[in-house]
Amino acid sequence: MSQVINIAPITRIEGHASIAIHLDDAGNVRDSKVHIMSLRGFEKFVEGKPAEELPRIVNRICGICPWQHHLASNKAVDGCFGVSVPPAGRKLRELMQVVSHAEDKLLHFFFLAAGDFVIGPDSDYAVRNVIGIAKANPDLARKVVRMRQMAKMILEKFAGKAIHPVAGVPGGFSKPLLEEERVEILKQVRELLDFALFTMDFAKTKVFPPYLDMVQSVGVIHTGFIGTVDDDGALNLYDGRIRLMKGDGSRVDFDSLEYTDYIGEHVEPYSYSKFPYARCWNEGFSLDLSDPKGIYRSNCLARLNVADKMATPRAHEELEEFREKFGRPAQATLLYHWARLVEEVYACERAIQLLEDPEITDDNIRAAVEPKAGRGVGCLEAPRGTLIHDYSTDENGLITRANMIVGTTHNIGPINMSVNQAARTLIKNGEVDEATLNKIEMAVRAYDP
Amino acid sequence: MSVKVAEEWLNACSGCEIAIVDLGERLLDVLQLVDFVHMPVIMDHKYLGQKGDGEHMSIPEADVGILSGGIRNEEHLEVALEMRKKCKIIVALGTCATHGGIPALSNSYSSQEVLERYYSTESTDKPHAWPDQGVPPLLDACYALDEKVKVDLYVPGCPPHPDHVFSVLTALVENRPPALPGKSVCDQCPTVRQGKGELKRLRRFLQAPRYQGAGEPLNKMRCLLEQGILCMGPVTRGGCGGNGATPRCISARVPCRGCYGPVRHNGNQMLDMLNALASNGIEVQSLPEYTSLLRFSGAHHLLHPKRSAKEA
Repeated sequence: MSQVINIAPITRIEGHASIAIHLDDAGNVRDSKVHIMSLRGFEKFVEGKPAEELPRIVNRICGICPWQHHLASNKAVDGCFGVSVPPAGRKLRELMQVVSHAEDKLLHFFFLAAGDFVIGPDSDYAVRNVIGIAKANPDLARKVVRMRQMAKMILEKFAGKAIHPVAGVPGGFSKPLLEEERVEILKQVRELLDFALFTMDFAKTKVFPPYLDMVQSVGVIHTGFIGTVDDDGALNLYDGRIRLMKGDGSRVDFDSLEYTDYIGEHVEPYSYSKFPYARCWNEGFSLDLSDPKGIYRSNCLARLNVADKMATPRAHEELEEFREKFGRPAQATLLYHWARLVEEVYACERAIQLLEDPEITDDNIRAAVEPKAGRGVGCLEAPRGTLIHDYSTDENGLITRANMIVGTTHNIGPINMSVNQAARTLIKNGEVDEATLNKIEMAVRAYDP
Repeated sequence: MSVKVAEEWLNACSGCEIAIVDLGERLLDVLQLVDFVHMPVIMDHKYLGQKGDGEHMSIPEADVGILSGGIRNEEHLEVALEMRKKCKIIVALGTCATHGGIPALSNSYSSQEVLERYYSTESTDKPHAWPDQGVPPLLDACYALDEKVKVDLYVPGCPPHPDHVFSVLTALVENRPPALPGKSVCDQCPTVRQGKGELKRLRRFLQAPRYQGAGEPLNKMRCLLEQGILCMGPVTRGGCGGNGATPRCISARVPCRGCYGPVRHNGNQMLDMLNALASNGIEVQSLPEYTSLLRFSGAHHLLHPKRSAKEA
């Protein structure tokens, strides 16, 4: 008798998704589907709204990465209104971008993912989580909570609101940074860098080693990658050209305004989320494990793969070590966790660079803007991948059309493939237990969707 | 004895759950008092059993059920009903749960129009049909929680301030009602109000408000509404700054947009704001559009598709 196993909901991720694994009569995997259950319709309901209000509306797309939606939206409205942001305004935006990245990666590694590694993938579900870690290792838990909170409070204290921010405005930033604030934040960010380096070392020596076999077997697929790089080919989270790399390492760089020439979105009947794919490869769309078509991945592993280097010294050392161990591009899905910690180091180092730049406390942070007809594409790297906000406005500066491709969406196809691969590897002859199903979910969690 | 808590998110963004994490070190204290029995964002309890072979959704019984998000599809409704059945007290956490929140802006359109646009953007390969396999059908609108299930405690905010989350959790543990702020945002705003001015029109927030340099404290800056910038403070429930602190957006020198919902639970932020402007002699036609005044509270049938009433 054929059978369906449901993992519902997928847990320790953001949002609503479930997995259906279809077994054949022999109890082996015939097929699997990842159902993305939610659709809110931002693309429709922002129509007619004043463009300058959008950065305060679309940040609600995601409560974990609201800063990225907020900033990408501001960049798109800058484009519609044809305004140049003063240097200090741009730097404050990038500072918020990298500090929120630093916070997000601590959240994912310790609060969402670590249960699987620190407590163990086979352990009881009631303790395989951050609550279990808090009980098993209270000193570490307190340190983690304190560090993450410090990052979050940098955002809240300076920018007013950390979740669903308001301080980015079309034309720049809403308030300047005072010298005493700069000094205080710099001190805190240096402490965050120390913690990032500690975490990197802790993970490399204590967390990852027992799982290296699993890294090479669970969720492994072969795809291309997407990310943003600056003129030197270094990873850049705030601005640059989008780089799309094939699995064989060949690549193309393009400007965000041209994104529809390179990226298409496919629709499948089992998921509200769309499936972006590389339209420019002219090979169509397929999730076939042995011969995928058009499939590329986003988020930290993708960014590390497409970047030629890191723009900061400690992160670059980590990238070199990573590449030496796993090659370029690295394909093993669970390596997302490792790549995330390399980016954590970069985000802290970049924040320090920005705060050591005297121009960041300049008073000229915001250019006045005039509503007008135009088009703008705002693009940056959200924690989960290349984020694209594309708006058009009418002569009153009201939105006439909006299209958004959200970071995680790029990974919907790959997540389906990784789940399929993990299920086929782990389920044989109808034997399924809780630990097996959790390992399949680990193939999803690596992407931090 | 610790209190059992179940938590779920519906038509939401996870910001309310992150506000719980933003308790910081207080979270570790809360974990000593509260026993989470179901909470998808941090723990692995499953609807259909841990081996995925159950047939009906089941959430464990709990003393308190916390729900964030409004109700937009059949799965949200099923989860909300199951939570109501299994939990003694239901807390609506965040403005999506209390008033629909930003996603209820979709109530200006039919679900058909929403799907139509999403699956026809310039990057999308137009599908033969919209997804309908293993995904929950959309309801006709985005509903606040109390339109579908009984709610015992409302905790608005987009997101609610962690101080309020803490106050609610500790009150529930001690089995007493929490102290939540009830007045308007203006009540806690430090900016300077000089009373009725000569203002006739509002301007859009396209340039910085007037203030004397970066170091000027907020209590020297003129009220943003009196500067002619639309600010929803007068018609928005206060408390967003947490325990006694300045409203959060104002502290960034940015006007309020109403994220805590109406001052009274049943209020209408659009009507109240238009009335407030008109009674002060300000031309409401100077606003570029009105729907945004209900951007946080469009559930409860306040926003609806333009032609539906006549055609229905």
